[in-house]
Amino acid sequence: MRRFALFAPLLAFALIGAVFAIGLTRDPARIPSALIDRPLPDFALPPIEGRTEGLSSEDLKGEVSLLNVFGSWCASCLIEHPTLMEIARSGDVAVYGLNWKDRPGDGAAWLARHGDPYARIGDDPRGHVVVALGVTGAPETFVIDKEGRVRYKHVGPITPEVWRRTLAPLIEELKRT
Amino acid sequence: MIRIRPILAAAALVLAAPAAGVEPDEILDDPALESRARALEETLRCVVCQSQSLAESNAPLAKDMRLILRERLVAGDTDEEVVAYLVDRYGEYVLLKPRVKPATLALWAAPFLALLAGAAAAFLYVRRRKPAPPAPLKPEEEEAVRALLEGRE
Amino acid sequence: MIPEIGHFALALAFAAALAQGPALYAAARADDERLAAFGRRCAYLALGAVGLAFASLAAAYVASDFSVLNVYENSHSQKPLIYKFTGTWGNHEGSMLLWALILALYGGALARQARAIPADLHRLALGTQGLIAAAFLAFMLFTSNPFERLLPAPPDGADLNPLLQDIGLALHPPFLYLGYVGFSVPFSFAVAALIRGRADSVWARLVRPWALAAWSFLTVGIALGSWWAYYELGWGGWWAWDPVENASFMPWLAGTALIHSIRVVERRDALKGWATLLAIAAFSLSLIGTFLVRSGVLTSIHAFAVDPERGVFILAILFAAVGGSLTVYALRAGSLAPTGAFAPASRETALIANNVLLAAACATVFIGTFYPLFVDVATGERISVGPPYFNMVFTPIAALAMALAAAGALMAWKRADLRALARRLAPAGAAALVAALIVAVVAEREKAAGAGWVALCVWLAGGALADLAGRVKLFGAAPGAAARRLAGLPRAAVGAALAHFGLAVFALGAAGVGLWRTEEVRLMKEGDAAHVAGYAVMLASVENTTGPNYLAERARFEARKGARETTLISERRYYPVRGMQTTEAGIRSQGGGDLYVSLGENATGEGWAVRLYFNPFVGCLWWGAGLAALGGALALSDRGRAPARAARGAAASPRAAAAEAPA
Repeated sequence: MRRFALFAPLLAFALIGAVFAIGLTRDPARIPSALIDRPLPDFALPPIEGRTEGLSSEDLKGEVSLLNVFGSWCASCLIEHPTLMEIARSGDVAVYGLNWKDRPGDGAAWLARHGDPYARIGDDPRGHVVVALGVTGAPETFVIDKEGRVRYKHVGPITPEVWRRTLAPLIEELKRT
Repeated sequence: MIRIRPILAAAALVLAAPAAGVEPDEILDDPALESRARALEETLRCVVCQSQSLAESNAPLAKDMRLILRERLVAGDTDEEVVAYLVDRYGEYVLLKPRVKPATLALWAAPFLALLAGAAAAFLYVRRRKPAPPAPLKPEEEEAVRALLEGRE
Repeated sequence: MIPEIGHFALALAFAAALAQGPALYAAARADDERLAAFGRRCAYLALGAVGLAFASLAAAYVASDFSVLNVYENSHSQKPLIYKFTGTWGNHEGSMLLWALILALYGGALARQARAIPADLHRLALGTQGLIAAAFLAFMLFTSNPFERLLPAPPDGADLNPLLQDIGLALHPPFLYLGYVGFSVPFSFAVAALIRGRADSVWARLVRPWALAAWSFLTVGIALGSWWAYYELGWGGWWAWDPVENASFMPWLAGTALIHSIRVVERRDALKGWATLLAIAAFSLSLIGTFLVRSGVLTSIHAFAVDPERGVFILAILFAAVGGSLTVYALRAGSLAPTGAFAPASRETALIANNVLLAAACATVFIGTFYPLFVDVATGERISVGPPYFNMVFTPIAALAMALAAAGALMAWKRADLRALARRLAPAGAAALVAALIVAVVAEREKAAGAGWVALCVWLAGGALADLAGRVKLFGAAPGAAARRLAGLPRAAVGAALAHFGLAVFALGAAGVGLWRTEEVRLMKEGDAAHVAGYAVMLASVENTTGPNYLAERARFEARKGARETTLISERRYYPVRGMQTTEAGIRSQGGGDLYVSLGENATGEGWAVRLYFNPFVGCLWWGAGLAALGGALALSDRGRAPARAARGAAASPRAAAAEAPA
């Protein structure tokens, strides 16, 4: 018993050290979405300047779709923009946009300059819907299934790699079911 | 040859930007609601910051969350409903005081267990270290003492 | 050229440290004095070489040599000279160099003590110190070389984070590292004691000054960090239970337990295994703190540039140092049997109770800090543990420890007279009761909870005063005689009383800010007035100014309370090179607290967002910590009373090893 007690600190440290080692491979800033496999919260957003159609949660039912959170102020959004244009051009999946915290006109001007991949865009200047979706930053992209449920959330820019490896296969699978 | 390492290196020793928190345009007119909002902010984590509460952060998302929290309070939500609203969307990550549940049992029990184990170990140790009572005198020693005492009288 | 000299010196130091450990271990094994002398010379050489390396880097910073990558990334030609110098350690590589320098300083200081310490103990301890130094120098050379060149040299640097361009950077890290690294010496002594299978009163008397020095430095270092955050970050707080703050607090708690339990080893030759374990724990927690800050396993507002590759290296050091020392502990601690006896009512028992509380407090902070990581690794779920948790579970333990401290310090060694104890504590108890009643009556109802805290502070301070008063026989003798006795008291006792008094003062500050601070946040235009804690504060003017390397809006506030008038200046600075903004708070300490003003942005043109705080007793935090550290320094200057005459001779003589040989 006494012998065991002397080994207790070493055993405790071995456990702690193992957790530290595994911890090095984890990203402490990662926050998994609480919405996975749950229906999108209800919302209805007005259109951005220069468009006539806004975006509501009803629009995202019936077919598999991507919901992309963007803003003209967001540098990483520019990085993923060509990929989003490519996805929209291919017609594989409908891309919807959520314009976050832009002043009136800024979002439209940004799209006019860089191209507009979105089937519909909702304007969320005060971030209500963004918070309702549990978004932590832009860009973030949700994969929504036919029933309007959130199946996946990608944080950060979509690269061609991310599209090929993760999003495209998932969308194919969701289309089939 | 020029070598530029990733941006990361430039961010050496980052103390957070000055912490601020609630701004004048957010404050509610009703002092009772405002003080409830301030108390709630202290217990909710800013999800884009590094280890700061909503009350301390000046990140734009934290400001939005403070505003939404206040809107819900004004709309008549209880404190629990406001917290549930955010947990529903961001997960229990936003709670700076974790809920008691199986995964956090060890966290909540730890202080008590540490105190109990320590107290038990200390009790056993101190009992063992108690000085031995002086050994009783042998009969012949008693006799000698008595003789001495009597001799003196 | 100078950076190359620095780089070479660093490599030389590594070689010296690499030789130091094995040489001294072999010297201890073979009782070879020539080998030991070689090992000591290695320690001096390492000190000289690290000193040269540090001077080289500092010279590159002062001369703004941007052909050194580290200088380019963290300095700028326009930066004031003092911040060019302190910027030397305002980054990962430079701060590791400061760490290595302090480690080498402790190594050199320990090497000089060869004559005062039993030879085998000295060789094993200094050898262990060499192993630690070698590990950290290797870490620098292989992952964090501060002398890396950048050619061709850019015309100017990327500047230092403006929050670090402050006197706080000059003071906080050196003291903090003097504390962290200082615990390496008790650690080495503990490992040495375990290897030779003997820890006794002599050992305890040798370890105590080092532990007290490290503890005092760490106390000052943490307090300085807290003070710096208080005035620089503009949120008026002083402690946020951030992981990095906790990382500095855990070694402090373990070190506090160590400086208490080491007394029991010294006086009663008991608690030896526990004291060695604490010595190992204090430094291990320092290492864990380093790992936490630089590996990025947890998010913190104070994190360094994190790099998992460095994290792996530090983790390897952690495994070697902590795993190694705990293995030695597991194998050898069984041989450290206690010999002394004491009654259940005695100073010894009180100190053990103190250790139970401090260890539980330390464990609580540890588990709270790392629990999110444990849950993430075990289940993948993300949770947070923040201030509400720590305040809830840590505060009661701290309160218990404080309540006990007053009584424990008054108890006699070996066997205490509880009735006499009660008699001596009665005045402190009465004063605490009166203080509680006053607070309960005076304070607003919802803030009357502070009565208990204030009572606790008075109780602890009263206990410390009663301790001193009793020792000098203040009541019942001529005042002159009492003063003479005070001067003649053992400095360990005066130091302990002072440290406990300091803790009481500190706790009053914590209670004041925590329970009674008032806050006012509003938009103010020039000429507007706001009210906080009875002060009318007017924004008198806002002007644009320029500093050496920043632009600023400088606001002048006029505060008035009754007849008292005072001016506060708060600045909002913009540093163009980094594109960062900082706030310089305006602080006026008076009337039992700080009036604190922080200027925000004028975003809409309708006025500046101004934060006004009144922080009651906040100054007590720093004064209390300072008193506690001073108490530690006083106690450390006390060489201690030898428990047995023979031991004193042994400790002072080079033949100590022989004199100490087991009977």
